Amino acid sequence: MPDTARPQKGAAIEARGLSKHFGDVRAVDGIDLDVPRGMIFGILGPNGAGKTTLLRMLATLLPPDAGSARVLGYDLAKSPHDVRASIAMTGQFASLDEDLTGRENLILLARLWGFRGQSAKKRADDLLIAFDLADASAKQVKDYSGGMRRRLDIAASLVVTPGVLFLDEPTTGLDPMARKSVWRMIRSLADAGVTILLTTQYLEEADQLAARIAVIDHGKKIAEGTSRELKTATGSGFLHLTLVDATRIAEAERLLEETTGSKAQRSSEGSALSLMVDTPQNANRAIAALIDANIELADFSMGAPSLDEVFFALTGHITESQPSPGEA
Amino acid sequence: MDNETATTSLIYAERPPQPSALSNALVFGWRAVLKFKHVPEQLFDLVMTPIMFTLLFTFVFGGALSGSTAAYLQYFLPGILVQTVVFNSMYSGMGLSTDLGKGLFDRFRSLPIWSLSPFAGLMVGDILRHLIASLLILLIGILLGYRPEAGIIGVVEALLLLVVIGFGFGWIFLVLGLVMRTPSTVMTMAFTGIMPLVFASNIMVDPATMPGWLRVFVDVNPVSLMTTAMRGLMAGNATAAQLGAALIAPVLLTASLAPLTLWLYRRK
Repeated sequence: MPDTARPQKGAAIEARGLSKHFGDVRAVDGIDLDVPRGMIFGILGPNGAGKTTLLRMLATLLPPDAGSARVLGYDLAKSPHDVRASIAMTGQFASLDEDLTGRENLILLARLWGFRGQSAKKRADDLLIAFDLADASAKQVKDYSGGMRRRLDIAASLVVTPGVLFLDEPTTGLDPMARKSVWRMIRSLADAGVTILLTTQYLEEADQLAARIAVIDHGKKIAEGTSRELKTATGSGFLHLTLVDATRIAEAERLLEETTGSKAQRSSEGSALSLMVDTPQNANRAIAALIDANIELADFSMGAPSLDEVFFALTGHITESQPSPGEA
Repeated sequence: MDNETATTSLIYAERPPQPSALSNALVFGWRAVLKFKHVPEQLFDLVMTPIMFTLLFTFVFGGALSGSTAAYLQYFLPGILVQTVVFNSMYSGMGLSTDLGKGLFDRFRSLPIWSLSPFAGLMVGDILRHLIASLLILLIGILLGYRPEAGIIGVVEALLLLVVIGFGFGWIFLVLGLVMRTPSTVMTMAFTGIMPLVFASNIMVDPATMPGWLRVFVDVNPVSLMTTAMRGLMAGNATAAQLGAALIAPVLLTASLAPLTLWLYRRK
């Protein structure tokens, strides 16, 4: 079997110039990626940036129009079967059979992987316990909550421990509790040595989980680094302001840009602004200008940029805002 | 957390030796059987319409069409079996469309398995569906007074022909399932296509009273040819020519649409 011949050297994922067009849309437009083994690597970008297309190509579900990639040393185009044997993919929508029970879904996959009889059942039961689904094992998946589905979906990707696990927006649509539990799971998988490539449109998620982050927009990689590097590259000082009166935000924005010469970014809440300032003196002048104009501040602070601001600085537009607790 | 270390140690598993293509296919067959266990309601969908047709046509029109309800039932029942199987052959296509829409096929396709094994599961499901539905309708027919003159052997041969018919027609809906976005579109297309095919046939009435232009169509309608062969098998007087004519459509459909189905599936 190819397992014995698995190339042990080199990066987990090595992509060069991967491209995919759908008609006139360049969904993925020449992306290079180098993901070392054992790392959680984040692909950050807004909806429609090309994240899913990139992942589907790397998981052999979609042939690239141009470029090439190796996953754990196997060439995507030349040995797709070997790639499939070393990866697992959890798509954006729970890819489970709704009519079957959670346990039957896992047994089905275990048997497809080659576990026989009792060992398939044991594998399913072990995973159900590990993912805290033992109580729901005999329930049909259509009766599962969003968080349970997501856990089962990830468990389904781990029937055989993959060399590389692709997670496409693993926490989209989950409530904050369920999201934290999925994060814990992802971290413990990485501790076990699984390379994880995850996509997310949540900056917080990339910041929390990923050792390295590639920011993509309109199918192109526009930046890559650790979250610290990305923040540093954007500029060290960020001034965050919250106005008492949100209706005066346009006026405040204009004043700030006039005094500092850098572009201000409005937050999604509508009363907060942030902008890059190179020195404390500049920050001081900016605040003074607002006070002179009788624009009251509820709060202000200086600090490193958030990933949100990094994204804004890199792309010139804001990502989808985080769902507020309870909304998802 | 202790919990996390427990998780880590539990989840690790090496890959067992690769199973055979046959083993993959059997697993998908098992999935089809499980569906029957968990969604027994689907049996209701499979047989409700044909049961209503049988009762309505036999008791409302039967006397007028054939002189007595008993005589009409004897004429009608083999045909309603053909109609049932032709209609029910759309379920595989709907199932395929559902699986594709839910991303389930993405998971299957990212596994190192024989790439066509999911279709084996659809076929197992098809065969079970056709057998269960046909046996139920036949049972109701027998309770109402239908008698297959050829006995058990004739019935078994008839059931085999029905499975072949369902298999052939199934490809139409697998292609639709791969092309259409939603299962309900597959169903709508199925009804639009099948309705004229089963009504403009010899299932319900003897075509002798139909206008000449229509009879031209009815006589070559594959559904008529299949129904004639079914009547022959159940009565014990089927000719080789009748059987051959009944098999033309299933064979042609399989020969042309099976490769198309695989091509569509592989490039999706």
